[in-house]
Amino acid sequence: MSAVIEAHHDDHDHGPAKGITRWLYTTNHKDIGSMYLWFSFIMFLVGGVMALVIRAELFQPGLQFVEPALFNQMTTNHGLIMVFGAIMPAFVGLANWMVPLMIGAPDMALPRMNNLSFWILPFAFGMLLSTLFMESGGPNFGWTFYAPLSTTYAPDSVTYFIFAVHLAGASSIMGAINIIATILNMRAPGMTLMKMPMFVWTWLITAYLLIAVMPVLAGAVTMMLFDIHFGTSFFDASGGGDPVLFQHVFWFFGHPEVYIMILPAFGIVSHIISTFSRKPLFGYDSMVYATSSIAFLSFIVWAHHMFTVGMPLAGELFFMYATMLIAVPTGVKVFNWVSTMWRGSMTFETPMLFALAFIFLFTIGGFSGLMLAIAPADFQYHDTYFVVAHFHYVLVSGALFSIFGAVYFWLPKWTGHMYNEGLGKLHFWLSFIGVNVAFFPMHFSGLAGMPRRIPDYALQFADFNAWSTVGAFVFGISQLLFLWILVQTIRAGQKATTEVWEGSEGLEWTVPSPAPYHTFAEPPKVA
Amino acid sequence: MTDHHAGNEAYYVPHDSKLPVWLALGLIMFMYGFGSSLNANADGSDASTFLTWAGFGVIGVTLYVWFSTVIKENHAGLASAQLKRSYVWGMGWFIFSEVMFFAAFFGALYYVRNFAVPWLGGEGEKGMAGQYLWPSFSPEWATGTNPSEYRPGPAETMAAPALGSSWLSYLPFWNTAILLFSSFTIHWAHTGLKAGKRAMLTGWLAFTVLLGIIFLFLQVEEYIHAYEALGLTLESGIYGSTFFILTGFHGFHVTLGTFMLAMCLVRVLRGHFSPEDHFGFEACSWYWHFVDVVWMGLFIFVYIF
Repeated sequence: MSAVIEAHHDDHDHGPAKGITRWLYTTNHKDIGSMYLWFSFIMFLVGGVMALVIRAELFQPGLQFVEPALFNQMTTNHGLIMVFGAIMPAFVGLANWMVPLMIGAPDMALPRMNNLSFWILPFAFGMLLSTLFMESGGPNFGWTFYAPLSTTYAPDSVTYFIFAVHLAGASSIMGAINIIATILNMRAPGMTLMKMPMFVWTWLITAYLLIAVMPVLAGAVTMMLFDIHFGTSFFDASGGGDPVLFQHVFWFFGHPEVYIMILPAFGIVSHIISTFSRKPLFGYDSMVYATSSIAFLSFIVWAHHMFTVGMPLAGELFFMYATMLIAVPTGVKVFNWVSTMWRGSMTFETPMLFALAFIFLFTIGGFSGLMLAIAPADFQYHDTYFVVAHFHYVLVSGALFSIFGAVYFWLPKWTGHMYNEGLGKLHFWLSFIGVNVAFFPMHFSGLAGMPRRIPDYALQFADFNAWSTVGAFVFGISQLLFLWILVQTIRAGQKATTEVWEGSEGLEWTVPSPAPYHTFAEPPKVA
Repeated sequence: MTDHHAGNEAYYVPHDSKLPVWLALGLIMFMYGFGSSLNANADGSDASTFLTWAGFGVIGVTLYVWFSTVIKENHAGLASAQLKRSYVWGMGWFIFSEVMFFAAFFGALYYVRNFAVPWLGGEGEKGMAGQYLWPSFSPEWATGTNPSEYRPGPAETMAAPALGSSWLSYLPFWNTAILLFSSFTIHWAHTGLKAGKRAMLTGWLAFTVLLGIIFLFLQVEEYIHAYEALGLTLESGIYGSTFFILTGFHGFHVTLGTFMLAMCLVRVLRGHFSPEDHFGFEACSWYWHFVDVVWMGLFIFVYIF
């Protein structure tokens, strides 16, 4: 990213500033995208270390390395960091980099607010992580922070946790508003809505989900704050409230939230599959409608996370059937990807490997989700490692694999260098094997009844857990290889062409590699 | 989309700016300081109070400079029609996010009234909970009692007087009238602005600000009455919780809206805004209509029913 632009008559066309202030004061979507991506990678490593603490403790039955109190903080913060600190900012970073390039816009619609959205995050997560070193310890009530664990019985540090959530939420809302304004207002002439690249479509819908549910999360933590500090009784039955109310409000946010973490992945995979099959995406229109349907359904299924709290029967039935309905549009997407590959001239570079693994492993996660959707069966699975297996299949081998794929796919455009294909493939295979060895056995330990979030377990789960720990360490350590590949590609490597990939389609492949600091100062024509 | 072409070419991408990172810094200072103040007096609450106010100051100064910059850019002709559309989209979706924030509290109110409180009172499909826990609790809304005897309920609630009795002494009725009327006055100010009638604009805008201040004053009166005469407090159970969080956050938004309109008034007096170009004003008036609509929801679901 050292592209120097000759002095132009247009004074906006300057190159990047020098030194640290470039990053502190920037309004450039590429700089901000890079900062988001690096921030999320650091958070990914931090949350990953927490995961390895958890897995090390669970390698054998009994208590080995950590006290249960610290174990609870590790499970809680691992979840919070990975969801709000790693996956979400990574997708926002990709949107920052790619959406203006894909729609032929000079930058994001509101560039200064864009930088604000980013810079809130390091502060917010710094505050969250600082709680781990406080006397009371950090949040220890699970990433879903159910009341009354997170209110009546919470450590003092919960106040900082609440404010960290407020700040991260504000950042997400501003980011989403920016993305919507960019997509609706800044497309190049000729790019109608139904000509937009799939990643842009999925992000548009994701941004709507964010704007709709992040404020609800803010409402939930605000009610917690009032219960804790101002004596209200929202989640306290003795005053006429209800702890289950917390779960309803939380999951009204929480279920759209999990789609916020997967819809952009759908967009990325659509691009990669189409590029390396050298065929246009099969069923573009149906992809758009399927994504919209999934987004709509995400608002009316939240209580499937709460089948065991004692809902009226009508509620159990409604949420069960509504949840199963999601399989239909999701199936449309999977079949479209498979049809895109049908009779394509496929090659298997690293991005394609991650995208293919995404289709297989995300589908496994989807199917275990269908099992969980069956209310009577869920009474057995609820809060067991089966749930842990399910959401790691959709979030690690789903969302995270799509991010890996996206990075390999667009890295040549960002840096101007090709990554080392051999090392990329090695990274893929280590990750693929690590993920499956770590999470597949959890289906069995969960079905057999092993509860999640507990630092010890009965002897019969020992083998499954030993395997999971081995897989987790393989996966975790292989991410250092990813870091090495990234650094190596940024510093040197074979020059990338403008198109980068044979069969690449879209405006981002019409600008030079690396993409100049300012692109599309004048909008391109889209046929 | 072809008509956007001209706008695209002139889209204003601002230079590097110190504002965002300062605002982020102000926010974290404020939040960390406020959190520490709430978290009791363990570690020198003086320091946390200072941090809170320092953060508040940084936020205030940064926002002032930020808005001044945007206004100057607009006056310098840097803001293209397309950039202005970005501001319109931005404000519109910001208001939608605010709607969803209130939706969380309205949803909570709906849930406790229709499910939690009846169940705690032994009614409905999950009434078993109340029968086992607090068999003597009777679930009437607006509730004056709480399930647990250790949590004293309010002596009276803010529920509306019975139909047929006079509403003239019912303060929320007057607050409703004031806010509804202020939606008209801000609209008349807008009409004046578009027609180039500056006196009409200034007059109605100033009157709207005054109505906002009167509303807030009456709201404070109501809170004092609730706390001192009725025993209706944040601690008095779920009725007080929902009542104060909904009216409180609404009141906070009215405060913000009044402040925004007052800023608009200052700008009007300085000769800002033209009949064609006045989105700063329009955004504030949208916000004002939004707080009005929220109040209508409040009046219906919190006070009347």
